[in-house]
Amino acid sequence: MMLSRIAESLFWIGRYVERADNTARLLDVHLNVLLEDQWVDEPSANASLLTVMSAPWEPPVSRGDVLQALAFDRELTSSIAGCLSSARENARRAREVISTEVWESLNTTHMQLPRWTRAARPHDYFVWVRERAAVVWGLMSATTSRDDAWYFMELGRSLERADMIARLLMTRNLEGTTGPNWTTLLRTCSAHEAYLRTVRALVTEERAAEFLLVDRLFPRSIAYNLDRAETILQEIEGSETGRALSNRARLALGRARTNLEYRDVREILADLTGQMHEVQAACSTASDLIRDRYFLPASTTLWSQEAL
Amino acid sequence: MTDPASTPWSGYTPVQAWDEAVDVDGQVREPYRRVYAEIDRMSGDDLYSRAEALASSYLAQGVTFDHAGEERPFPLDIVPRVVGADEWDIISPGIAQRVRTLEAFLADVYGSQRCVTDGVVPRRLLASSQYFYRTVAGIEPGNGVRVHVSGIDLVRDQHSIWRVLEDNVRVPSGVSYVLSNRRAMSQMYPDMFGAMGVRPVLEYSQRLRAALAKAAPGGVDDPTIVVLTPGVFNSAYYEHSLLARTMGVQLVEGRDLETLNGRVYMRTTAGRRRVDVIYRRIDDDFLDPVQFRPDSTLGAPGLINAARLGNVTIANAVGNGVADDKLIYTYMPDLTRYYLGEEPILPNVDTWRLEEPEAREEVMDRLHELVVKPVDGAGGKGVVIGTKASPEELDATRRQILDDPRGWIAQPVIQLSTVPTLTEDGLEPRHVDLRPFAINDGDDVWVLPGGLTRVALQKGQLIVNSSQGGGSKDTWVLGGVRHRGGASLPPEAKVELAGVDPVPQGAHPEDYAHGQQQQQQQQQGPARSGAHESGEARP
Repeated sequence: MMLSRIAESLFWIGRYVERADNTARLLDVHLNVLLEDQWVDEPSANASLLTVMSAPWEPPVSRGDVLQALAFDRELTSSIAGCLSSARENARRAREVISTEVWESLNTTHMQLPRWTRAARPHDYFVWVRERAAVVWGLMSATTSRDDAWYFMELGRSLERADMIARLLMTRNLEGTTGPNWTTLLRTCSAHEAYLRTVRALVTEERAAEFLLVDRLFPRSIAYNLDRAETILQEIEGSETGRALSNRARLALGRARTNLEYRDVREILADLTGQMHEVQAACSTASDLIRDRYFLPASTTLWSQEAL
Repeated sequence: MTDPASTPWSGYTPVQAWDEAVDVDGQVREPYRRVYAEIDRMSGDDLYSRAEALASSYLAQGVTFDHAGEERPFPLDIVPRVVGADEWDIISPGIAQRVRTLEAFLADVYGSQRCVTDGVVPRRLLASSQYFYRTVAGIEPGNGVRVHVSGIDLVRDQHSIWRVLEDNVRVPSGVSYVLSNRRAMSQMYPDMFGAMGVRPVLEYSQRLRAALAKAAPGGVDDPTIVVLTPGVFNSAYYEHSLLARTMGVQLVEGRDLETLNGRVYMRTTAGRRRVDVIYRRIDDDFLDPVQFRPDSTLGAPGLINAARLGNVTIANAVGNGVADDKLIYTYMPDLTRYYLGEEPILPNVDTWRLEEPEAREEVMDRLHELVVKPVDGAGGKGVVIGTKASPEELDATRRQILDDPRGWIAQPVIQLSTVPTLTEDGLEPRHVDLRPFAINDGDDVWVLPGGLTRVALQKGQLIVNSSQGGGSKDTWVLGGVRHRGGASLPPEAKVELAGVDPVPQGAHPEDYAHGQQQQQQQQQGPARSGAHESGEARP
């Protein structure tokens, strides 16, 4: 049992921290691709990346614009700095339910942002962001009781991770460039070593895609995270079954997961952009349904007052 | 700091006020001996770097206040304020007595008004008070307590007498700074606390929780307590969340609450949950749009009705503001005698009620040496300090008093006591006040040993409010348990320890062997050990 307002903040802390982490990974790859690809059409690759991240843009899009929109702008929740600031604001609102260690790690991260956004090499900034996200998760996992507080953070995190990996795979087909190869994509998800151990073979397109899409054991595959979100929804629901909205969130996630699991990987690869779009849409639908069910928007408030 | 013999204390001279650390002959007063010696051993740079460490730890913890849109660490001075046990033996019962008087007065005001019929307090005084709410008359709180938490402001005058300056029984704030200041200072001076016998303050939250639980409506065994905050943008939000966290209760905003059939609920992920006790940190006016300001979105409609039905306890009670009224303040000594049959332990600051003709006449002649305050003002608003006012301002004040004699009181200028404080020019005496916090659980009034010491950071400044650039000090009350460093354990403790059979800590067997090998390698030569290590790490 916890306040709806607090649950919503925790959910978004989970999403923002995870988004910052994955955006850092994704940008790191993108900058590398731009450096390595000799025939790159940089403005369209940049524009296409911003489209994948659903950030607004105007042509021509320079590298600086991409970094501003996705890394440094503190007003945008699509950027790393914006995510980390928003995570900290939400933590401030939920200060009494999160542990002091988690609060201080988010707070100091926020306070160090200005220094890092001036860093000479963006790569250093990205490394720092991934490290801070790891610190936050580590502290959360070590200091949070496995009750609703934990579930809502974890729910936000797994939804966001599924969504972000889908976006990352979309960059495979960016316009104006050949895109990152599968080894790079695996490395971006810290999955290369796990892949080699699991598959015991060189990286092939189909095997790599399968690993990132549906591997049941690796914590950065899409199916793993969708499944995790479904499980958590069940935990939150507990004995209180039969509430349609929550079931519908699980339905959306389960359908997206089984669509990946029960489809030939070649079929998915043939329509990678469309399929990844489906995953993101499912995450977004689930997020909305969770909000309606657990976080009670203002309209419900008005209605119940009239009923009084 | 070029002279090696100089210490941070070189050049510290008290001004005309009572200095709590050093007397007029330059002798260190007893309670400050240990603190003085500790600082004496430091260099000036040491002091400043410690002060910086304090500030940055406050930033990391989020103990901040908003200053022009920027988050600043809450100012905590590096020199503690020390209150001797003998002084505390006056303050603590004095505060408790004051709280009992205020309780009796409020119960009377919102009940039969015996104090009016017996002629102790004029009826028009209550009726004209801005914070007297007829709507809450007749509401009988759960265990009879209205002042669950109070912050009675004390000052110490030039003769070292503690006096009450102001009663705060609405929503007194600042206790979170007492708790965080203590945490920060105990990291800064770890040895001094035990050695000096400083009384702990940490039990405050548990005491408050227990008092709130006891105030729950009748028949509720395990009450649900919440802290009601105006929200994250309120300047005291840090305090609200700290209290909720350390009491282990929910921190709610008005929009988290709803009332149904005279009961109060909060909205949770598992549906509605009944609320029994609300420790509210919202002013009366904003608490219930049905009863008070209809445009308020901070409270919850129907709260007062639920309280009247006895379904929820609101702490502190609504309508307490009438006791904060500065004219009521002047009657407090009489009220103490009237309700308790006791002489007041802590005197008031001498006050002239300007509605009385002879008092008014006396004040008019001496306006240039007095302080004039409006009775309903708060936070220093409308206060005229005669010694610093121009002749025109004094004339204007004189006219205002004649227009509305009931709206004003006059007091002599009090030279608040001073305590050494770190400034840009080293340690200097600065004026301070003290807000001790008291919790009334219905059976007993407990006074937190310590309280918030506010310090005016500018030279000669007598106003200590943080909005006026004031700082704070950790307040150490002596007389607690002393721990002497290096004390030996009693022999039976050792026997007991020896009797324990230790369980060995496990380790990977190869690590043990590996460690030995590494030692041998290191003995043979440092250059090879690195290569060996990396070879062994991945079997």
